[in-house]
Amino acid sequence: MNPGADQLIDGEWHRLHPASPLLKGGIAFVAIFGVVVSNLREQLLGVFVPRLAQRGGDPVDYIVGHGYIIQALLVILAVLLVLIGGFYVSWRMHTFRITDEVVEVRSGVFIRNNRKARLDRIQGINIVRPLLARVFGAAKLEIDQAGHDASLHLSYLDTRAADQLRKDILRLASGSRAASAAPATAGSLLDRRVEEFTAPHHDVDAAPESIVKMHLGRLLGSMILGTGSVIALLLIAGAITWIAVTGDLFILFLAFPSVIGFGSYYVRRFTRSLRYSISGTPDGVRVGWGLLSTTNETLPPGRIHSVEVSQPLFWRPFGWWEVRVNRAAHSRTRGADNQANTTLLPVGNLADVTKVLELMLPELVGAESVSMIERGLRSRGGDDGFENSPLRAAWLRPLSWRRNGFLVTPGSFVLRRGGIWRSFTVVPKPRLQSVAIEQGPALRMLRLADLHLHTVHGPIRPHLDVVDVDVAVRLFGVVAAAAVTAGQADTSHRWRAGEAAV
Amino acid sequence: MRRIELPDAQWTRVSPKLIAVDLLGAAIFLVIAAGAGAAAWWLLHVLWLAIALAVLTVIALVNIALVPRRVRAIGYQLREDDLLFTRGIMWKRFVAVPYGRMQLVDIQRGPIARGMGLSELKFVTAAASAGVTIPGLLAADAETLRDHLVSVAESRRAGL
Repeated sequence: MNPGADQLIDGEWHRLHPASPLLKGGIAFVAIFGVVVSNLREQLLGVFVPRLAQRGGDPVDYIVGHGYIIQALLVILAVLLVLIGGFYVSWRMHTFRITDEVVEVRSGVFIRNNRKARLDRIQGINIVRPLLARVFGAAKLEIDQAGHDASLHLSYLDTRAADQLRKDILRLASGSRAASAAPATAGSLLDRRVEEFTAPHHDVDAAPESIVKMHLGRLLGSMILGTGSVIALLLIAGAITWIAVTGDLFILFLAFPSVIGFGSYYVRRFTRSLRYSISGTPDGVRVGWGLLSTTNETLPPGRIHSVEVSQPLFWRPFGWWEVRVNRAAHSRTRGADNQANTTLLPVGNLADVTKVLELMLPELVGAESVSMIERGLRSRGGDDGFENSPLRAAWLRPLSWRRNGFLVTPGSFVLRRGGIWRSFTVVPKPRLQSVAIEQGPALRMLRLADLHLHTVHGPIRPHLDVVDVDVAVRLFGVVAAAAVTAGQADTSHRWRAGEAAV
Repeated sequence: MRRIELPDAQWTRVSPKLIAVDLLGAAIFLVIAAGAGAAAWWLLHVLWLAIALAVLTVIALVNIALVPRRVRAIGYQLREDDLLFTRGIMWKRFVAVPYGRMQLVDIQRGPIARGMGLSELKFVTAAASAGVTIPGLLAADAETLRDHLVSVAESRRAGL
């Protein structure tokens, strides 16, 4: 049934992978099967070992006891036929097409659903392969659009078709006029499955090498020393104090669910981050996650609204950092720590962070960008090129006033904050939505003001507190003017339109 | 200079009728708070509730005293490429939004404001935190401003 992947973008309507209904309802199917088997267990035992059979009150006993076996089997058969028929019809009715301008999906049997996504508004393309789908050689293609849960899902497609489709959609969206590359010819079916199952990038073409290597020790260390662990330690300390003071062990029972919660959080984060990879492609940054179920996301250029490099307190001795981003799309597929897909680097050292930043924000790269990033991350403040807060800001920010700093680079605005929890935020100029300065009574007495850069909703809220009044007013003017010119000069919605046809 | 000020801005102030609208709203709140407080004191004899409502009444009185100044502090300016907006006396705030960032413009009318012929114009971008809402525009002005904003946004359209 699968048409050649190169034919998927011909503008005609196509169907999904035939195993899609099974994969979508896969978990439920297994669960129902399990319930049925566990209910039948007594009965099966009775069939093979008649002496152990007990006269219970369950429906299976009733059916067997009254000789309704034929009728019961017919009913089961009928239900199965209806289900299979329903799945088949819904599969037949679920079609998609890709034209030069839009991706369109039609689905639903009784309630027809039609969703269109403009190619130049794509915020990211995600290939998700749950464990069960990998066995079938299927993958889910998610096309992210700006807005809450506005993505368009093609679940499921043949893995090769999904890879080719991603490439073709990105090519169409980029505005490039290059011809589509011919898909590679494949070996035997089994070889292909094995190869697909083991390849972390499952690309038709050779996957680009990941620029950051995830070290097992660092991953474990970062989780043990992360914020979650600090909370866990506080809880344990609290519980021990409680037991020591009252001698009451009952609290251990209360603690049990949270132990399970923390455990599953760590296991999930660990398995998600274990085969992390990040690399640059002509069509954007590609980030891969996951050990058993994998996701592989491509963010085209200009889809990152702000980047924050931050450091939990206990990571500082090791020089580890985390990179998060604000994005316009809020995908349903979850990231490494079950947060929305906003963590781009779960843990890395200064060199890793620099590489990731250069990949994500090529406009930041300049002659001195590396030293700027290093100063932004590690400097204690002082006269180092950033616009710093004045001494009187120490009244409100005794520990961080020295580090508090602002810098305008050719491509972006850079904020440096935090004395204890250090962070470093970059907002690309063309992505800034608006800018504000605010001043309350306390700030007015100290001749200070707060500067806010507004971007799309996300984990990062770029703002710089306690700036000198005159500096704040000047920066407000500079930022507002830069936002206008950068916004009008921006062409990243068709990021390769300038290229000549190949 | 202690206050944040933009020296070269020429503000368009909102209609003084907004003072009456806000005063009426604040007065309704005052009457409710004071009435409930009196009832709690003389009828129900619940001391803490009466004190809480008395505090609310005082806050409402201060609020009423500040309404005229607060309305006069609201202003906007249509610059070449962006909309500049300001509000607040104690908590002063300036926002600059490039026209090209506009996603939509909303016009709303509350019940009291409608009686006075006033509208509220909301400039919505992809960022939720910008919060540019200009109250106290005459209905006709609000519609002219909306049409103007839509047309300049169209000519300066930027992506997300």
